[in-house]
Amino acid sequence: MPPPDDSAARPGGTPPQPRGAEGARPDTPQPAGTRKPVEAPAVPPVDGEPGEPAIPETGPDTPAPRTPTMPPAGGGPRKADGPKLPPSKKPARPPGAPRPAVPPQARTIDPEGDGAALGLPVLSRKDFVSGADVRWCPGCGDYAVLAAVQRALPELAETRENVVFISGIGCSSRFPYYMNTYGFHSIHGRAPAIATGLKATRPELDVWVVTGDGDALSIGAGHTAHMLRRNVDLQVLLFNNQIYGLTKGQYSPTSEVGKVTKSSPYGSLDHPFNPAALALGADGTFVARTLDRDPKHMQAVLKAGHAHRGTSLIEIYQNCNIFNDGAFFDFTERDSKPLRAIMVEHGKPAVYANGTKGLVVDGLKVRSIDLDGGRTAADCLTYDSSDKSLAFLMADQLFWDADLPRPFGVLYQEDRPTYDALLNEQVAEVTRQRGRGELAALLASGETWTIG
Amino acid sequence: MTDAPAPTPTKALDDVVVLFAGDSGDGMQLTGGQFTLATAHARNDLATLPDFPAEIRAPAGTLYGVSGFQLHFGSGSVLTPGDEIDLLVAMNPAALKVHLPRVRAGGAVLVNTNSFGDRDLSLAGYDANPLEDGTLDGYERHDVELTRLTHEALAETGLSKQEMDRAKNMFALGLSLWLYTRPVEPARHWIRSKFEATPDLRDANLRALDKGYHYGDISESFVARYEVAPADLPPGTYRAIRGNEALALGLVAAGAKSGLDVFYGTYPITPASDLLHALAKYKAFGVKTFQAEDEIAAIGSAIGASFGGTLGVTATSGPGMALKGEFLGLATMVELPLVVIDVQRAGPSTGMPTKTEQSDLLMAIYGRNGDTPTPVIAPRTPGECFLAAFHAARIALTYMTPVIVLSDGYLGNGSEPWLVPDADALPDISVSFAETASAALSDAVDPASGKGAFLPYVRDQETLARGWARPGTAGLEHRVGGLEKDARTGGVSYDPENHQRMTETRAEKVARIADAFPPVEVEGDEDGDVLVVGWGSTYGAIKKAVQGARAEGHRVGHIQLRWLNPLSPGLEEAIGRFRHVLVPELNNGQLVRILRERFLVPARSLSKVQGLPFQAREIEAAIYGVMSEG
Repeated sequence: MPPPDDSAARPGGTPPQPRGAEGARPDTPQPAGTRKPVEAPAVPPVDGEPGEPAIPETGPDTPAPRTPTMPPAGGGPRKADGPKLPPSKKPARPPGAPRPAVPPQARTIDPEGDGAALGLPVLSRKDFVSGADVRWCPGCGDYAVLAAVQRALPELAETRENVVFISGIGCSSRFPYYMNTYGFHSIHGRAPAIATGLKATRPELDVWVVTGDGDALSIGAGHTAHMLRRNVDLQVLLFNNQIYGLTKGQYSPTSEVGKVTKSSPYGSLDHPFNPAALALGADGTFVARTLDRDPKHMQAVLKAGHAHRGTSLIEIYQNCNIFNDGAFFDFTERDSKPLRAIMVEHGKPAVYANGTKGLVVDGLKVRSIDLDGGRTAADCLTYDSSDKSLAFLMADQLFWDADLPRPFGVLYQEDRPTYDALLNEQVAEVTRQRGRGELAALLASGETWTIG
Repeated sequence: MTDAPAPTPTKALDDVVVLFAGDSGDGMQLTGGQFTLATAHARNDLATLPDFPAEIRAPAGTLYGVSGFQLHFGSGSVLTPGDEIDLLVAMNPAALKVHLPRVRAGGAVLVNTNSFGDRDLSLAGYDANPLEDGTLDGYERHDVELTRLTHEALAETGLSKQEMDRAKNMFALGLSLWLYTRPVEPARHWIRSKFEATPDLRDANLRALDKGYHYGDISESFVARYEVAPADLPPGTYRAIRGNEALALGLVAAGAKSGLDVFYGTYPITPASDLLHALAKYKAFGVKTFQAEDEIAAIGSAIGASFGGTLGVTATSGPGMALKGEFLGLATMVELPLVVIDVQRAGPSTGMPTKTEQSDLLMAIYGRNGDTPTPVIAPRTPGECFLAAFHAARIALTYMTPVIVLSDGYLGNGSEPWLVPDADALPDISVSFAETASAALSDAVDPASGKGAFLPYVRDQETLARGWARPGTAGLEHRVGGLEKDARTGGVSYDPENHQRMTETRAEKVARIADAFPPVEVEGDEDGDVLVVGWGSTYGAIKKAVQGARAEGHRVGHIQLRWLNPLSPGLEEAIGRFRHVLVPELNNGQLVRILRERFLVPARSLSKVQGLPFQAREIEAAIYGVMSEG
């Protein structure tokens, strides 16, 4: 066989090219713009403490008494002290349903941070670090997520033993091994199934699903959609790096059309998933997006997701510096981020580019306006994360249009009863009405007759 | 009052096989079920064989739309649904055409003559009317205008013609109950409760039932009624039970006896769905049911529940088993208790969903990637499904392993009188969760905390079961997963020697389960000409065949295996005491391969894959065939 002539061998001739900004609607999210060398996250120390990678962030390693950055909002006890989150809403439970059996103080945020006032043991980041060697590639974005979660958990969980991390298969799915909590590294795409069974039977547990774009949106896409519609009370950390990493570099269901990889030498033909739109389409009750290179934003989103009752889908743009380096640099790097990323917050005007631009909704279109000539933030859209139609506009239009910034933050949140609460309430109600069943009576039920 | 007709004389019979057959919309399963209930009340032993198409309402009058319900009842022990039919109730020509060949010579045929019009005959492929061309010569024939008589009976009710049509199965039921002197009150009771909300339909069905019963007395077609004396069953309380119901009760019992809640994750599939329907009603018994989005999520959710300290259960049929394979491997790897029920049906692929088969045996024992030893148990009768589910759960919890239950469509839908077990006499299932690190089977120290660490793969020295630490237990935080585990610490390990050791340990753990089994039970002769080895639902047919061969003076033994993996002790020795080994199976030869491989014996296969259970005479003939070969 002669070596394939590059153009002649392409099935269908010219490979599909991403339509440019001048096209009516680009067929694909813009991949990274210009790729430029950036300072990768620091390599984990070879001889250092395992699981303690340094990441470019300053944060307390030990729970020094914390001063909330803002007063706790007048919501429920799970209200985190992160920045500017949507107002807390009533827990999603059926009317009159008791809350799952968690000690009342379990998820209370201790304003002093040392737990002393509540008589609780003080947990620190170190308590959540398992002894296992972290085996991600040096420079992988996964380290930042691990560190953010380990930093956030002392504030979110009063005990380690009630925390469970469940993953599928893929680079991100190694995550549970690095957490000193209960953990289950399962099979490809199926973490939602395990998590649903666990949460249905142990609703008091604090369950996190860790997954990736291949795990959650390709082999496990069905389970992801069903978990979202059922609204199982757990957090989903969806590491999206737009590539298959563990199998060494094939395109993923979120890769852009035309992507050249080992499995697509002439460019991939697959139209990608838009994870946020998929989650909204599946009636997800909490849809958020954050970035590995913005740890503070990530922590705030993690806390908001944890505070939400129901399935909190948190898509994390995560750089795979080996197989897809720079996939999200448009949104993370200093010179492009202002124009390409907008941090939306409930009740806040949708402004970006350091306050020089804003978004308005014009009919069913989202438009960008320059904030000059007397136009101010007050002229911009005030983001409402409880507005599903708006969330769809933002998730969809801003995903495909390279001239608009991509939204990060809590895109959508609603209260809806969780599957686990409904199931346990139904069981409790049936048991209350009928009394706890007696085995002997059940065995002898129905039409019986006696001999002898 | 009209004059009462002279009572019809009654003849005594030892046993009878009745087959109700009609369109899938004619209510034949219901009619058969009610006749079964009346027969149970008459205290006969019985066995049933529902046989219906996969289509919910197949086109009326077609051969493939015929739905049948076969019932064998007697005053002695009834082992099979019967080889030959004594009474065929045929609601239309198609039913007659499909089932007439199975009616014994001189047997009775009751036909609804109103459904033998030209179109009915043409749909059934009859060129001439079988009621007129001599087809039924040699049979005891009862021509009944079921449709017209039902309409007449219900003329005053104001029901539509269609609604009246639907009640003709009750007329047929009433007449059949009369013919075999069965009690009619159980059916009346059922109608009253079924149609409680619709009094006009309730009254119409009651009327059709009673009119059918009385028709026997006033018709001159029937020269005799039949009587079957009560069977000599052991004393106790009985109920008629189908295999799927018995499985559900066995799971509830396992929950009660282990003190655990039961989580049942499943996806609807024929013929296993009735298990979900039963368990979904048992919420007050600590049972949670979850109708998952697919077969994979069904088993995954059950494993998640087991991880949390609940008894996780899933059930399916063959195609679903194929989908569950990867998760079954995970359950073996993480060593969590799990019960997986396969109500087998004819395969491969979608196969014949409503027809029975035993062709998932090799898949159950071997069908996963890697060396994945899994215990497999197979109930032998509908009632025994109860104990199979119970013991599967017991083994799963004792040995921390998934266990597969191989039932089949014949057991699942078939019914028999079931001696209700004494709940107190069932053994307790001992479950002890790891509670503290010091009790965690280990003296290892967690380097981070300096405290004793929980090592999840440290084992009980007798059962080789690992410790079961539930999330929520402080100090026992640990990770499990599908990657190979270090034999001591439970951490991820790629060490060659460790994988060898872990593979052997997983095999040894399953092998050790047999240590607690009693030796195999040989029925019939202990040594001699032929040993018939079967498993699962072929029990009754093999037993009857062996009885027949022994009555002919041959020395024949019978072993019906309950545990297929590991095998019970004593099997090899028993095989050695016979000149021939015959293995009848409703597959193309699966257990026979295992016996050949394990014991290096030239075991012979008797294979039947027709979607129907064995007839005893087929097996008896094979016994003679094996002997004639020397």
